[in-house]
Amino acid sequence: MGEFKVHRVRFFNYVPSGIRCVAYNNQSNRLAVSRTDGTVEVYNLSANYFQEKVGCEDGSVKLFQITPDKIQFERNFDRQKSRILSLSWHPSGTHIAAGSIDYISVFDVKSGSAIHKMIVDRQHMGVSKRKCIVWGVAFLSDGTVISVDSAGKVQFWDSATGTLVKSHLIANADVQSIAVAEQEDSFVVGTAEGTVFHFQLVPVTSNSSEKQWVRTKPFQHHTHDVRTVAHSPTALISGGTDTHLVIRPLMEKVEVKNYDAALRKITFPHRRLISCSKKRQLLLFQFAHHLELWRLGSTVATGKNGDTLPLSKNADHLLHLKTKGPENIICSCISPCGSWIAYSTVSRFFLYRLNYEHDNISLKRVSKMPPFLRCALQILFSEDSTKLFVASNQGALHIVQLSGGSFKHLHAFQPQSGTVEAMCLLAVSSDGNWLAASGTSAGVHVYNVKQLKLHCTVPAYNFPVTAMAIAPNTNNLVIAHSDQQVFEYSIPDKQYTDWSRTVQKQGFHHLWLQRDTPITHISFHPKRPMHILLHDAYMFCIIDKSLPLPNDKTLLYNPFPPTNESDVVRRRTAHAFKISKIYKPLLFMDLLDERTLVAVERPLDDIIAQLPPPIKKKKFGT
Amino acid sequence: MAALEEEFTLSSVVLSAGPEGLLGVEQSDKTDQFLVTDSGRTVILYKVSDQKPLGSWSVKQGQIITCPAVCNFQTREYIVVHDNKVLRIWNNEDVNLDKVFKATLSAEVYRILSVQGTEPLVLFKEGAVRGLEALLADPQQKIETVISDEEVIKWTKFFIVFRHPVLIFITEKHGNYFAYVQMFNSRILTKYTLLLGQDENSVIESFTASVDRKFISLMSLSSDGCIYETLIPIRPTDPEKNQTLVRSLLLKAVVSGNTRNGVALTALDQDHIAVLGSPQAASKECLSVWNIKFQTLQTSKELPQGTSGQLWYYGENLFMLHGKSLTVIPYKCEVSSLAGALGKLKHGQDPGTHVMPRFVNWETPQGCGLGFQNSEQSRRILRRRKIEVSLQPEVPPSKQLLSTIMEDSEKHIEVEVRKFLALKQTPDFHTVIGDTVTGLLERCKAEPSFYPRNCLVQLIQTHVLSYSLCPDLMEIALIKKDVQLLQLCLQQFPDIPESVTCACLKIFLSIGDDSLQETDVSMESVFDYSNSVHDEKMEEQTEILQNGFSPEEDKCSNCDQELNKKPQDETKESTSCPVVPKRAALLNAILHSAYSETFLLPHLKDIPAQHITLFLKYLYFLYLKCSENATMTLPGINPPTLNQIMDWICLLLDANFTVVVMMPEAKRLLINLYKLVKSQISVYSELNKIEVSFRELQKLNQEKNNRGLYSIEVLELF
Repeated sequence: MGEFKVHRVRFFNYVPSGIRCVAYNNQSNRLAVSRTDGTVEVYNLSANYFQEKVGCEDGSVKLFQITPDKIQFERNFDRQKSRILSLSWHPSGTHIAAGSIDYISVFDVKSGSAIHKMIVDRQHMGVSKRKCIVWGVAFLSDGTVISVDSAGKVQFWDSATGTLVKSHLIANADVQSIAVAEQEDSFVVGTAEGTVFHFQLVPVTSNSSEKQWVRTKPFQHHTHDVRTVAHSPTALISGGTDTHLVIRPLMEKVEVKNYDAALRKITFPHRRLISCSKKRQLLLFQFAHHLELWRLGSTVATGKNGDTLPLSKNADHLLHLKTKGPENIICSCISPCGSWIAYSTVSRFFLYRLNYEHDNISLKRVSKMPPFLRCALQILFSEDSTKLFVASNQGALHIVQLSGGSFKHLHAFQPQSGTVEAMCLLAVSSDGNWLAASGTSAGVHVYNVKQLKLHCTVPAYNFPVTAMAIAPNTNNLVIAHSDQQVFEYSIPDKQYTDWSRTVQKQGFHHLWLQRDTPITHISFHPKRPMHILLHDAYMFCIIDKSLPLPNDKTLLYNPFPPTNESDVVRRRTAHAFKISKIYKPLLFMDLLDERTLVAVERPLDDIIAQLPPPIKKKKFGT
Repeated sequence: MAALEEEFTLSSVVLSAGPEGLLGVEQSDKTDQFLVTDSGRTVILYKVSDQKPLGSWSVKQGQIITCPAVCNFQTREYIVVHDNKVLRIWNNEDVNLDKVFKATLSAEVYRILSVQGTEPLVLFKEGAVRGLEALLADPQQKIETVISDEEVIKWTKFFIVFRHPVLIFITEKHGNYFAYVQMFNSRILTKYTLLLGQDENSVIESFTASVDRKFISLMSLSSDGCIYETLIPIRPTDPEKNQTLVRSLLLKAVVSGNTRNGVALTALDQDHIAVLGSPQAASKECLSVWNIKFQTLQTSKELPQGTSGQLWYYGENLFMLHGKSLTVIPYKCEVSSLAGALGKLKHGQDPGTHVMPRFVNWETPQGCGLGFQNSEQSRRILRRRKIEVSLQPEVPPSKQLLSTIMEDSEKHIEVEVRKFLALKQTPDFHTVIGDTVTGLLERCKAEPSFYPRNCLVQLIQTHVLSYSLCPDLMEIALIKKDVQLLQLCLQQFPDIPESVTCACLKIFLSIGDDSLQETDVSMESVFDYSNSVHDEKMEEQTEILQNGFSPEEDKCSNCDQELNKKPQDETKESTSCPVVPKRAALLNAILHSAYSETFLLPHLKDIPAQHITLFLKYLYFLYLKCSENATMTLPGINPPTLNQIMDWICLLLDANFTVVVMMPEAKRLLINLYKLVKSQISVYSELNKIEVSFRELQKLNQEKNNRGLYSIEVLELF
C-alpha cells in the first residue's frame, strides 16, 4: 500500500481553554459552549455532536453582567452588601433569586425589594468555614429555590416562606453549577471534585402523588472543577477546567439503544488549527493570540516499518507572531510556497509576506487591507500561491490576486440571494480552476474561478460538511460529513462518481460509522490517483478506490502486518480502507511529498500537565 | 407490563381479501419486512417501519395461490404454491412470477413452513412432510398418505427445539381432533387424540402453540369462548401407541362463543396471549392481550370495522385484517420492575381483601379474580402437569405430609419428611416446605415437649426457607438454646433481624463449655489454631514484622513496661484462642451474618460486660491471626474476613465503651486495641506519603514511553 516517512510532530503546544459556561437550546438541539478565553462554540447535537461554529468574541463576560445592570437601571433593587454570584428568574418572571456570599435573596421584580433573605449555613463537615459562596441558584415554577454552594451542599428553599426545606451534602468541595430540566423533574449539579450528580423528582411510593427530590446518579467524567452543566431532555452536559465537554445521555430517556446513546467526550476542536507549506516543509500553528511557524527537520537515513530514524536536522521554531489587541484568532493559513501568511480576528484581516534569505526570515506586513476584508471565517491559498481566497463572515467569497509584495482584489462571489449563511470550509483544485465552499447547512457550492461564476451546487445533504478537498487531475470533490459519510462528486460532470454511488449502495462499515470524531482533513497522493487520504482525531486512513469495499463481516482495522499469508488470502482480505491508529490524538496529517507525511499529535497527558492541579483526594485511610 | 401501541395501516391499497381473509403473513429474511399473501393471486413484501410495500408479485390470470408465500432464510428466496401443486421460487430481483423457477409436485401442498436456521418443510394435505431440498431433487416423487380419509389438516406450526426441527399439525375428523408431532430429524411421527373433556360439542376455532424444553403447549380457542391448554411432550414416551391428551381450561369466557366472525388467538411469549374476537355477543370485535400466568387481561383494543378472524404475530408486531386493510399493532411487554412492585406493597394490605395463601408458588397460576369461586377446584384444573393419560385420584404426597405433622410422633414425621424430600422437586415444593415448617412450629408451640429437631434441620437445608417465612423457628430455637440450629439458620437465612442476631450472640457467649461439648456444630469456619501455639517463639517473631503492626515498638512505653512485668502466660493469652473451637465456630457464624449498624448497636448494649470482653478477646485474637500472613486472611474454609473482624470490634466498642473502660480485666485488651489502631493509622499515613513517590515513578514510566517532541518514523500501510 505504501511506505512513508512520517514527521511525527508533538511540539504543537495547544491547550484548549477551560469551559466556563454551556447553554442548551431545545428547539434547535444545539449547544453553545463558552470557554475561558472568550470563544463561543456551537455544537449541533443532531449532527453527530459536530462543532458547527466558532465565534471568537471577546468580552463575553461583560455580556453576562449586562443583565443585572439593566435590572438595576430599570428599578433600583435593594442594595446588597456583597457580590451577587448567581441569579435565577422565576419562570413567570415575577421574582428573582440571587445567590451571594452566605445568603440568597429573593427579589420581587415589581417592587424591586428583597422579600426574603435566606442565610446559608457556613458549616462544612462540622467545621465553620470562613464564607459560604452560593455558586448557583435555580428558581422552579412552584416557588422552590435550589441553591448550590461552596460548602458542598445542594439546598431546597421555599421562596414563599424563606425557609430551608431540605439539604443534601454531596461533596467535600464546592458545588459550582446547577441546571434544571425543562420539565422541572430532574436537575444536575457539578462539583469542584469533577463529579456530576443527577437529582430526580420521584414519587415517595409508587402510585402516590407525593414526590421528593432524590439524588439518583453520580457521574465522574472530569478530573477538575465542573464549572457548568446543562440539561437537555435526553442528556446531561458538563464542562469545566479540564477542557472536556462531556455529553452523558440518560439511558432511561434514550429510545433507541444504539451508538448515539454512548457517552461523548469532546476535547479537540472539530476544525483545523494547523496549515502546512509543502514546498518549504513549514507548519503554521494557530493559537488563541499568536501564530507559530516551524520548519520540519530532515533525515537521510532509511528504515523499515516502525523504525525511528536519526535526525540530520531537527525542527526549528522560525517565528512567533503575536496578534495586536485582545481579540482571538479565528483562522489562519500559510501559502503552499511558504511566502505568505494570512490570519483574521473578529475585526481585522492580516496578510504577511515572508522572505527567506538563507537562515534569516524577514516578515513584512501587507498594509492597507481593503475594508471588506475584515473578518474572515476561512482563508485559503491556491496551489501556486498566486491567489488568496477569503470567506468573509458576511457570506461573500473574495478572490485576491497576489503578486510580488502586493495584492489585487479580483472578484467577490456574493452569497446566494436569500441566504445569510457564511461559508466556513473552502477547497481549491490544484489547477486553480475550481473553488468549492461549504457553509454549515446550505450545501456545497462550486465556483469556476476562471469564469468567475457559480458552476454547480452539490445536492444537499442532511449533515454538515466536516472536510472537503478537490482531487488533482480528475477534479473530483471529496466531501466528508459529520455522520461519517464520504462522498465523491465529479465537478466537470456535475454528478456523483460511480465509486461514490457504489459506496452509498453498499454502505460503510459499521465501525467506520461509529467513530465519534469528524474527519478534519482530506488530501490526495500526487502519483496515486486512486488514493484518498483522510484522518480524524484517532485514526489516519488511506482509501484505495481500486480495492473492494469492506462489508460488516470483514475486519476494518488490522493493526498487524500480514505475516506469511499467501497472496490469495491477502487478496481476499484486502479492502479499500487502510487504517493506522499509531498517531493519536491526531490534530493534523498531510502529505508533504510522495513519500513523506507530516502528523501533528497532541497527547492528552501533555495537556493535563499544563492544567492547574485538581483537588487532591486521599487514596488511603480516612 | 404488556401494552399495545398505536395501530397503523400498512397500505391504503385494498387487498383482494376474500371472505376467508388473507392467506397469510410471513416473515422475510429482514426483520422489518413481511410477506403478505392475499387470497387471490398476489404476494406483497411490506416494510413495516416505512409502512409501504417493497415489492409485489402476481401469478397469471386463472391461477390461484393456495399456500402463503414464505421466505427460505437460508437462500433468501421466496416460495409460494399456486393451484395446489405448483411450486414457485423467486427472489427480490425477479419481476414476473411466470418466469421464475417452477416445480410441479405430485401431491397437493397444505403449507410450506420456514423458520430461521433450517431449510423449509413442505406439508402435504395428506399429512406427509418433506424437506424442500429433498423435494426439489425429485419433484415428482411419490408422496405417501399419512392421515386417514376425511381427516383434514386444520392448523400447523414448525419449531426448532434444541436445533431439531419439530413439526406439529392438528387434524379434524367428524368433530374429533388429532395432533401429529413429527420430529423431522429422527422421522418419528407421533399421533395423539385430543380429548375435549366435559364439553364434547364445542368446536375448536383457533390454535396457537409455544414450546419450552419438554413440551409443546398447544392452546386452543373453543367455540364456547374459553381457552384450553394441552401439553404435548416433544419426545414421545411410546411412539407406537396411540395416545390421548387431555386439555385443561386456561382462561374462561375470553370471547363470546357465538360470534359471526371468526376468532383467533396467538401466543406472544411464555405468559401472554393475544385474542381476537368479541368479548360479548353484541359488542364490537376486540384485540386483547391476556397474561395466562396471572390470568389477567393486560390490555385490549377495539377494532370497530371488524376483522377476518385472523391474527399473526412476528417480532413485535401483530398483524390483522381490520376492515379491508392490513393493520399492524406493535406489541410490547416490558419487564415490570421489582422496585415498582415493592412500592406497591405498602398499599397492598387494605382491610377487607381476602387472605391470600402465605406461600405463593410462582410456578403455578393462581386462580385470582377470574370468577373461580372454588379455589380448590381451580387449583386442580390449573395444575400445570396435565399430561397424565389417566388422572390419579390419589392424595398428593404433600397433603399426606401435612396431615402427618399434625398428629404423628416425631419419629414418624422425620421418616415422612425424608420421604418427601427424597421425591423429585415438584413445582409446589416451596409451598409444601413452607407449609410443613409452619405446621411443625405451630405444633411446637402447642406442645412444649414436641421439638422435631432433625426434621427442622433437614427442612432448613433445603435452602428454600428464610427468616421472614418462619420467624417462629429461630424464636423456638432460642428458647431451646439449640445452638446448632441457630448456627444453621444464621448460615442459611439471608434476612435475620439484628435483634435476633444479637440474641443468638448472647446465647453463643453465655452457653457453658460442657453443654457445647454435646452439640454438633459445624466447624467449617474454624481452623485449628492450637497446633501453631506450640511454637511460641516463631509466633512472636511474626507478630512484630507483619503488616505494620508491631505492639512492641510502640511509644506507649510505660504501660508496656507495666505489662511486660506480667508473667509469660499473659503473652500466651494473646496468642492462644480465648474460646473453645465450637464456640469459635458459632461466633464466626455471627460475624458472617448481615446487619445494619444502626439497628444492631442498641441490642449490643444489652450483652453483659464479661461476655463483651470475651468476644473482644476473640476478635483481637482473630486479628492477630489475620496479620500473620501477607494477604491478611485467615486459614480454613470460609473464615471471617478482616473487614468483618474490624467492623465488629468497632461495633462492640461503640456500644459498650464506658463499660469496658471501667473494667480492670479489659485494660490490657484495650491497650492492645489502641496500639492496633495506632499502627493502622501509621500504615495509612505512610501509604499516603508513598503515594507521591509512586506518582513520580509513574511519571518516569510515562517519559520512557514518550519519544520526545519530534521524530521521523517509518510507516508502512498494508
